Amino acid sequence: MAEPLVIDTKGMHYTPLNRQIREAVASGVKEIVLNNVLGQRFIGNGLRGDAKITVNGVPGGDLGMFMSGPECEVFGDAEHAPGNTMDNGVLIIHGSAGDAVAHSMRGGKVFVEGNIGYRGGIHMKQYECKRPILVVGGTTHAFLGEYMAGGLILVLGIGHEPAVQDRGIGSGIHGGEIVIRGDVDVKLLGVGAKKVDFTEEDLENVTPVIEEFCERFDIDPKPFLNTNYSKIVPSSARPFAGKYTWE
Amino acid sequence: MCGIIGVIDRTMSRMDGSHIKRALSLMDERGSGEGAGYVAYGIYPDYADCYAIHVFFDNLLEPKTRVDAILKQWGRIVHQEEIPTYEQPGLKKEHIPWRYFFKPFTDLVVGSTNPDDDNVTNLVMAINTEVEGALVFSSGKNLGVFKASGWPEDVANFYRIEDYKGYIWLAHNRYPTNTSGWWGGAHPFNLLDWSVVHNGEITSYGTNRRYVEGQGYQCTMLTDTEVVAYLFDLLGRKHGLPSEMVVEALAPPFWDEIDEMPEKKEEFMKALRLTYGPALMNGPFAIVVATKDGIVGFTDRIKLRPLIVGENGSKLYISSEEAAIRTMDPDVDTIYMPRAGEPVIGRVVE
Repeated sequence: MAEPLVIDTKGMHYTPLNRQIREAVASGVKEIVLNNVLGQRFIGNGLRGDAKITVNGVPGGDLGMFMSGPECEVFGDAEHAPGNTMDNGVLIIHGSAGDAVAHSMRGGKVFVEGNIGYRGGIHMKQYECKRPILVVGGTTHAFLGEYMAGGLILVLGIGHEPAVQDRGIGSGIHGGEIVIRGDVDVKLLGVGAKKVDFTEEDLENVTPVIEEFCERFDIDPKPFLNTNYSKIVPSSARPFAGKYTWE
Repeated sequence: MCGIIGVIDRTMSRMDGSHIKRALSLMDERGSGEGAGYVAYGIYPDYADCYAIHVFFDNLLEPKTRVDAILKQWGRIVHQEEIPTYEQPGLKKEHIPWRYFFKPFTDLVVGSTNPDDDNVTNLVMAINTEVEGALVFSSGKNLGVFKASGWPEDVANFYRIEDYKGYIWLAHNRYPTNTSGWWGGAHPFNLLDWSVVHNGEITSYGTNRRYVEGQGYQCTMLTDTEVVAYLFDLLGRKHGLPSEMVVEALAPPFWDEIDEMPEKKEEFMKALRLTYGPALMNGPFAIVVATKDGIVGFTDRIKLRPLIVGENGSKLYISSEEAAIRTMDPDVDTIYMPRAGEPVIGRVVE
């Protein structure tokens, strides 16, 4: 295998950095390592193909925005909206992330080892074979899955009891599902969300997701395959039907 | 969208402005080049007992003559000079920044527990409403605001903020959305000891403004944030509420959360919300406020703007972005996101 392209990004603005990444991928480079990353926005923005990008440091906002295909692994925290409108591929964050993680995501996977901020998975969507997945190892803040239209959000809540303690879960949800380890107090559910039984079939469906997440972060999956979850889904397809429109 | 960052060294060890300049410049994309500014505490040790009055003059003739007269009427000008500035290709010098070191006559205000502060507040309001071509934008002791229309690095270089050393710094990069950018509309906003940087908008501005104007403050900066400085002065200084309580009044918990509090706390929160209803701030915001004793950061209750906290020994950082904190201090050892509406407080230890 060819040597990876290594870029020292210290003090570099994101525009030349992203240009360099795009040119490298276009010329057939399969692996890129970015060192000393600090605050550069839009890394991997709109990138296509099957490249692997390793980010050492703390990338700026909108990591992997519109990305379609590549795998991006971050050894550090991420800022706001990693996976924004991402189309395909994988983001793996060995740390925590800011607000609006997986904002409007339409395909692929975002795995966050630590915690995420407010409005994780806001307006995630799905269409036919496109089904985005957001998995959070730690906990999440309020308005998880706000206005969610499709896809899966899974929160393991490692080291947190309860896994999620902030309000507004699934506020305005009208598609997709939110799965949270343990019981979720119904008072934390947002408008338009309801809690339903988590069945054997549901467990079968999330098992490959749990296994992949645990493998990525070298965590033993057994405790997460042998425990209870809460499943939160839309109570209707149009939660605000009476709010903005009149029959 | 705007970018904010603040730092306090709780042991009052002073830092020069070069680090916060780099941190704010990292967030250039959060602004539009129409406003940036810095405030530092502890920068004027030679005049520590004087109010440092920073003024933007349109010229040094009529407006300055009138300001000189007002100051001499209300106290003594111990020293005055033009604030040193250094021409920058990307920054148009639209005003002349000037500073006075001022001691008010204590016997001019009666019926007040802090007559000097009231004296200075009165003359700041008088100059800003009555003197055409003069705007006081900083009026505290041993601190100073440095701001202009421009990018963070240009404004910093214009004032050479690396020449100032403070134990608290706040900085702001502005992206004006509701009113146009101008020097007076750049952050931080300051009155006396209070300085405010703010990302977001205060949709309750009309209500808040009517409330503070009923208490003798005048809003003259053509943007919403100045009202926060006056609310902190009113609640924090005049009414004597501790910082945590001021934040609870400005960004209180929801009623359903109050209903679930222990009885005594519930009763207190209800009283606070009713007493300070017109001080409640609505809309998306992340704010950091500084006084000589410390800094407090908080967001709106549903967290519509980012805020992240870092700690390293005696230093506490509050910012819009983690990377900005790490730019100032690569060795920062704790990073966390505070919950919405929850104050993050860093106090100096004597």
